[in-house]
Amino acid sequence: MSDVLVVSEHRRGELRDVSYEAIEAGRELADAQGGDLHVAAVGGDVDRFAEDLNREGVDAVHAVANGEEFDHNVYQSAVGALLEKTDAETVVVPNSVNGLDYAPAVAEAYDLQLVTDAIGFEYDDGLTVTREMYGSKVETTVDVDGDRFLLTVRGGEWAPAEGVGDASVESVDVDHPDSGARVTGFEEVGGGDVDIADADVLVSVGRGIEEEENLELVEELADALGATLSASRPIVDNGWLPKNRQVGQSGKVVTPDVYIAVGISGAVQHVAGMKGSDTIVAINTDPNAPIFDIADYGIVGDLFDVVPELVDEFA
Amino acid sequence: MKVLVTVKEVAEPDDDFAIEGTDIAASDLEYDLNEWDDYAVEAAVQLAEAGIADEVVAVTIGPERAEETIRMALAKGADRAVRVWDDAFEAGFADVPAKVATFEAVVEAEEPDLVLGGVQAADTGFGATGVALAERIGFEHAAVVNDLEVDADASVAHVHRELEGGVEELTEVDLPAVLTVQTGLNEPRYASLRGIRQAQRKEIDATDLADLGLSADDVESSLTITSMYEPESESDAEIIEGDAGESASCLAEVLREKGVSA
Repeated sequence: MSDVLVVSEHRRGELRDVSYEAIEAGRELADAQGGDLHVAAVGGDVDRFAEDLNREGVDAVHAVANGEEFDHNVYQSAVGALLEKTDAETVVVPNSVNGLDYAPAVAEAYDLQLVTDAIGFEYDDGLTVTREMYGSKVETTVDVDGDRFLLTVRGGEWAPAEGVGDASVESVDVDHPDSGARVTGFEEVGGGDVDIADADVLVSVGRGIEEEENLELVEELADALGATLSASRPIVDNGWLPKNRQVGQSGKVVTPDVYIAVGISGAVQHVAGMKGSDTIVAINTDPNAPIFDIADYGIVGDLFDVVPELVDEFA
Repeated sequence: MKVLVTVKEVAEPDDDFAIEGTDIAASDLEYDLNEWDDYAVEAAVQLAEAGIADEVVAVTIGPERAEETIRMALAKGADRAVRVWDDAFEAGFADVPAKVATFEAVVEAEEPDLVLGGVQAADTGFGATGVALAERIGFEHAAVVNDLEVDADASVAHVHRELEGGVEELTEVDLPAVLTVQTGLNEPRYASLRGIRQAQRKEIDATDLADLGLSADDVESSLTITSMYEPESESDAEIIEGDAGESASCLAEVLREKGVSA
């Protein structure tokens, strides 16, 4: 029997949804291990956060008032203090950009077996974690040798914890040295002339377009359909379209009436940004591309053949 | 200042691949420099070109085959390379502490001021080695960096960290530090013919664990892959059949029904 500690995540005054998903994953693991579930709120308005984090199944919330925004050194010290204070031997953290900025250091510092980006797990005498490999082409099960674990859990894989729990709320003071990494501000990217989040119809282009000069083809399609042009990450990384056109986890989340994915394989980071679209159409040569898993309509074919025909249909 | 760049040769499956046991069949895998590490190499080379870095050393954990990959880093401008391999790594799936122990020994030997690596490896996708290494060697760190400016005089790196939802965090990181580099940080160059020729003459120091003062126990993994399978397709997409003209015509009809028109 051992307890589980979930570390929540917030940004600019708001708890992020992944916190509630991590609580759900933490509860599942605590049940399997027969232990209690602890949740930590670190930094920011911890009293308000503590109230929100007191979801069904949470046994204790620990409020660590220390700074406003994320500081990986504070988070690491907080987890260290809570591992001492509680009986937790397993830590669950969202597999987010900030999660990956401190979880590996925590695992290293406190000797926890680390598995990142978990999409499922089973606990039965030992821990077995399900995670993807090779860019989502396969899933694997991984046996973890040890009895103290740190799991980072992928967003969207567990339902957010709901309800109101009867957790105790405790304030925790944490000492930590002056941080050698200081947050000086935030910057919104992707401003500019077009807000793809406002569009009713998006024609979205991915790696399958191959060359910058081929973009003309999807621009013509967007024109013909009265649609706005958006893109997946590689197109923006290449500098072919500006950042404000990027759909996905690190770009914009869009929910148009119709989303037409052209030459986009559908990596999980991309899907996170467009799965809420009403109708999803995918055009891709690879019938196994994950984009077809969420598409409503699909054409398995070469975009260089299909797109010009589609433009003609609307000419 | 001296910059150490960690690079990995990653395996990429072909479109059609078979799973044999707990991995993809070797004949269905192609090997290449990890995409994220390509950006890290470019960042290091740009620091050298700007006169900020005096030396760029690339390090990899990989078998002899990986020399091709690390030579790519040399062709793009790294000064020399270290390749660590040992029979102990053949045993299976290296966990984060195994890589950290190896890189720690290389850091002790090389004494860099800055360590750059990709956010994650395209094949295993752990995204953890850089930050864990920083903790082990007592360096500061920042993960998922997509903008980088090094002020060597002030011994600080000004970085942007790419958070979710189109927000970047602006952070100053004291050196020495480990930074994990996100794609899009820069435009990785193609190796020039001259670069490729020069790379042939650059030194690749092949070492094993004993050379680094380590033993097989230091890289024993606590993780074992017990199964690998293709995820079940949950697709309920209506696949539109026919040649390009026919399928485009069907799709156009669907789109018009949804109210799409110029």
